[in-house]
Formats: sequence, structure tokens, C-alpha cells
Amino acid sequence: MSGRVLVGVKRVIDYAVKIRVKPDNTGVVTDGVKHSMNPFCEIAVEEAVKLKEKKLIKEVVAVSCGPQQSQETIRTALAMGADRGIHVDVSGKDYENLGPLQVSKILAALAKQEDAQLILLGKQAIDDDCNQTGQMTAALLDWPQGTFASEVSLEGDKINLVREIDGGLEHIKINTPAVITADLRLNTPRYATLPNIMKAKKKKIVTVKPADLGVDVTSRLEVLKVEEPPQRQAGMKVETVEDLVVKLKEAGRV
Amino acid sequence: MSNPLKTEVIRLYKNLLYLGREYPQGAAYFKQRLKSAFMKHKDVTDPEKIKQLVARGDHVIKELEALYFLRKYRAMKKRYYEPEK
Repeated sequence: MSGRVLVGVKRVIDYAVKIRVKPDNTGVVTDGVKHSMNPFCEIAVEEAVKLKEKKLIKEVVAVSCGPQQSQETIRTALAMGADRGIHVDVSGKDYENLGPLQVSKILAALAKQEDAQLILLGKQAIDDDCNQTGQMTAALLDWPQGTFASEVSLEGDKINLVREIDGGLEHIKINTPAVITADLRLNTPRYATLPNIMKAKKKKIVTVKPADLGVDVTSRLEVLKVEEPPQRQAGMKVETVEDLVVKLKEAGRV
Repeated sequence: MSNPLKTEVIRLYKNLLYLGREYPQGAAYFKQRLKSAFMKHKDVTDPEKIKQLVARGDHVIKELEALYFLRKYRAMKKRYYEPEK
């Protein structure tokens, strides 16, 4: 086994930023808005680095698909402890239409090329909330998958996983190679401090194009419209129950 | 200030400034407070005292990292998980 782990990281609008819809309703305002690594991807990177520190795996490779700025996200992963980065260059219209299906095709191609033993991803991105990339990647590679992982331990060539599911925790054992998606309680990601960022500048990031991996990034989906959720109506106070009934009848609710 | 300690203090200032970019009340507010905090002790010459102040600064770094983590964790928990009964 190569002992190599691929970690997918996505550059998303920072979790603390208030999202604004573009006036033409085609999408969300991203120009000049603070971006950072998806929180669940941070947890995935932390888990990969922890496995390397325990000497259970040999190399952590951070991968990101997107425009030039995605390299900043890869740099953060390198500062957290990844060894090298691969930037899959997707920009312009292709990037706007990039979704889990294309990303999982890219990750599958990279996993084969890099002879990866494990793929670690965040369970979902906080911008599109798809929760599909991990599952699709596993299906394309015909690998077992451990999604919503809150505990991961390697045992020989198998992985013991605890999954967070509705109604509790599920303990499973899967073979390697495998795809794991990280849930919130998997670990506490370390902060990429300035000294670590400086050290990470020496680590290599390679840029490739989807075509180099034989992947077609055309989307099967078309976004028709993006709009804000409906505004909450202000509540009304009434004095008596009779008033309430009158108001309800007026509103056609009774 | 003796030379090795000078680099320590500058390192601390740079690290804190970098961390301050994500401060909830704004990076400008943080920078202002950081600068005044450092300026308050600019005439200290005793190496022991300087080491103590640098250690305090390192402690603040840890507190900031914990603050950022908790903020993010709580926001994610609130957005994605059912409230516990």
C-alpha cells in the first residue's frame, strides 16, 4: 500500500459572511467577499495529518478544484501539515457549473494516478450543501465509503469507523482503499498559524487541468434562478381571542 | 532590548497581527488594541519581564485560536444539527 491519502479541500465563502444574492438572481455575490476553507474540509485535513503523525500513513496530498485562488486553500492545508498539493485548474463558466459529479470524477482519476490508499473529504460544503462528492467518488472507484465519520481508526488493512446517523452512532468496519467523509465531531482542526504558513511555502503545489486527467467537466445541471429565502413577516399582537379569530378569518386561515 | 528577545517580540507581534484578521469585532479594532498593548510596555528592558510578557502574548494566541474554533463549531452545530432535546 502506498500509504498516501488524498484530501479534498474546497474554497468557499467564509462561514461568518452574510450571503447576498446578485441583483440578476443568477447567483450569489462572490467578488471581494472573504473566502476560506470549508469547515468540514478542515476537519478532513486535520484527520489526515493526525494519521500521518501517528505514522499510520506516509503522505498527505491536498487537492482543490477551482480557479487560481484555490491555491490559497491548498496553502492552508499545507500549513496544517499536508505534504504537497494538487490544484486542478477550473475557471470561468466551467467553475460556475462545477458540481459534485465533476469533482468526484476528478478525484477518482487522481486517486488512480497517485495510487491513493484513502480519500478524506468533508461531508458537505457550506455553500452548496450537496453532501454528494464523497459518495459519488466511492461509487466511481468502486471503493467502500465511511460517511459522516465521527471516529476513524486504522486496523491493519481495514478501517474501523463510527458514523453519526439519525438516531445514534453506527460502528462499521470497511476495507481499504476507501473514501471517508468527515463530520463535525471527528476532531478539532488546528489553526494554520503564520509560522506554519511560512514553512508551507516550501511545499510544492502542482497545477493540472481536468482534460489532463481525462475528465469532462460539462455540467448536467442548469441553475435557473437563485433567490433569497422569503422574508419573515412581522407578527401581530391581538387583545382577545375574538380578535384572533377575526384576524385569522381575514387572512383566510379559518 | 537585547537582540534575541527583540526577534521574539517581533515574531509575537506578527503572529498576533495575522490572527487578528479574523477577529469578530474587526481586524482594524484588533490592530489598534494590539499596537497600544505593545506600546504600553515599549520601555521595558529587564529580560525576565520581557520573557513574561512574551509568554502572556503566546497565551493570548492560544485563547484566540480557541475562540475562533468555538465560534466556528457553534455556528456549524447550529446550522447543521438538530437541537438536543
